[in-house]
Amino acid sequence: MGELKLMKGNEAVAEAMIREGVDGYFGYPITPQSEVIEYLTTEEPHKRTGMVVLQAESELAAINMLYGAAGTGKKVATSSSSPGISLKQEGISYIAGSELPCVIINVVRGGPGLGTIQPSQADYFQATKGGGHGDYHLYVLAPSSVQEMADFVEDAFEMAFKYRTPVMILSDGVIGQMMEKVELKPQKKRLTDAEVIKKYGSWATVGRVGGRERNIITSLDLDSHKMEAHNIHLQSKYEQMKKEDVRYEELQTEDAEYIIVAYGSSARISQKVIQLARKDGIKLGVLRPITLFPFPEKPIQELAKRVKGFLAVEMSAGQMVEDVKLAVNGKVKVEHYGRNGGIVPTPGEVYEALKQKIIGG
Amino acid sequence: MEIKDIIKPENLVYQKTKMMTDNTLSYCPGCGHGTTHRLVMEVVEELGIVEDTIGIAPVGCSVLAYEFMNVDMTQAAHGRAPAVATGIIRTWPDKIVFTYQGDGDLAAIGTSETIHACNRGENIVIIFVNNGIYGMTGGQMAPTTLPGMKSSTTPYGRDVALMGNPLKITELVAQLPGTYFVTRHAVHSPAHVRKTKKAIKKAFQNVIDKKGTQFIEVVSNCNSGWKMTPVKSNEWMVENMFPFYPLGDMKVDGKIVKDLH
Repeated sequence: MGELKLMKGNEAVAEAMIREGVDGYFGYPITPQSEVIEYLTTEEPHKRTGMVVLQAESELAAINMLYGAAGTGKKVATSSSSPGISLKQEGISYIAGSELPCVIINVVRGGPGLGTIQPSQADYFQATKGGGHGDYHLYVLAPSSVQEMADFVEDAFEMAFKYRTPVMILSDGVIGQMMEKVELKPQKKRLTDAEVIKKYGSWATVGRVGGRERNIITSLDLDSHKMEAHNIHLQSKYEQMKKEDVRYEELQTEDAEYIIVAYGSSARISQKVIQLARKDGIKLGVLRPITLFPFPEKPIQELAKRVKGFLAVEMSAGQMVEDVKLAVNGKVKVEHYGRNGGIVPTPGEVYEALKQKIIGG
Repeated sequence: MEIKDIIKPENLVYQKTKMMTDNTLSYCPGCGHGTTHRLVMEVVEELGIVEDTIGIAPVGCSVLAYEFMNVDMTQAAHGRAPAVATGIIRTWPDKIVFTYQGDGDLAAIGTSETIHACNRGENIVIIFVNNGIYGMTGGQMAPTTLPGMKSSTTPYGRDVALMGNPLKITELVAQLPGTYFVTRHAVHSPAHVRKTKKAIKKAFQNVIDKKGTQFIEVVSNCNSGWKMTPVKSNEWMVENMFPFYPLGDMKVDGKIVKDLH
């Protein structure tokens, strides 16, 4: 067993970055995720592992520092919350277009605009459908515990380098701020510069080592035929993700007649709803998407063959519900229940919504 | 004497640096970008730093700089080159990182990145080509467009009451503690080309010696955007741009050497 600690989600993700052997973190303070950079600057990871931590002058600068460093094959990450992630979208689009590996943590708060500092899941569309300009997706992991805030750092980097793509850890203010027991992984060694050059020197801009041909990191091609081919290549990566790297969890779905689909903190609340419903003899199960892109379409399609209805529970006006509807494809009823503006629903009100919208409806 | 008697190795007095590719330059004939590219690449060759050099291309006329400069390069979003360079130099502190930017990129949309990278003293070279206009998008007003100067968005001349004043960003960054060498040059005559090259070489040597931010402005013509012949545009530059953007060193070895007001 690894080291056990009581930590906030924001602290756990920061500690996990150090232990993962991350080379650089570039961030900018914003509530409710400022503990990430505060933890890192307090821990002084340059003394522990040589990891660079820099507070940038803006989210724009932070994401572009990430772009520069990711283009050299270094393992780099940033974190922010909703308004800050909006500012980062230009850079994220460049990173996706240039096919660079990196990890972006979004501790979502309520919007739109400056919104609120309370938790929300209203950035689902932005995270899963692209976010910036152009046809691209992020690989999106949704932690529903402090443990997963830590564990998903390793998983995120594995996917980032497997696909050479930006990966988002889509958390929310509940997961970022709450404290839970977390088991930390042992410290990994950072790659040396020579190891980075050996592993990624075929594409990374690290200087023309050994007099090789120059490497170029760009998302630009003025030749439309080449740009179309590049887009087709990007889409093929997203198709491969759908085949190989969909993740989800099913809770008590074996005998279920009704299913709640929920991720992140909404999934934690929905777990409690199972208990409430089963006490009343209602066979409820929960499907928790762990990857939001690629979305777990197939397990939902399978469940749609035998259950009576789905309730998508999310702290938004109804975003993920669209993907649930696409997967269910009209076979059974799909409804949405959510709260907005930073309100976290109680298990009781979710249960009421289930009864009214799905069971009774 | 025939031509074959002249083309002999012993008669060779100059050749294009191998650090420039053979791709045809995308710049208008007469533009100062080609010369400035060559000078940067000659310096990289002469200092023997190609294995450690990483360049950042901007958005603007020199967006395709990576097609011509034969070094590893990253193309940055508009104005973000100093942040991109920061990400690289912070994770590879022994590399030689330079940005190559125009005035719209560096002094308008990228003002924040420019000032903060300079203020932190990132150990990078910033090459700033100032032609007082947005060249690539068709000659619109730039932050550096002179008062009264015509552009496609100031068709009656820049009215400072309406459009604001030109920004002397080089004078501004010279006052920041992170900059070590700040200087302004031009490439319209052989003498000026030689001086500019000397400054670029000094800047790269300073970065090798880890002295902080090196900022070199090259005042250039934009004969297409200014709608003049190359010769006329250079004359106009000397007459109009140089009085507003006077050439010479502003900060040397970390010390301000000129009245910046």
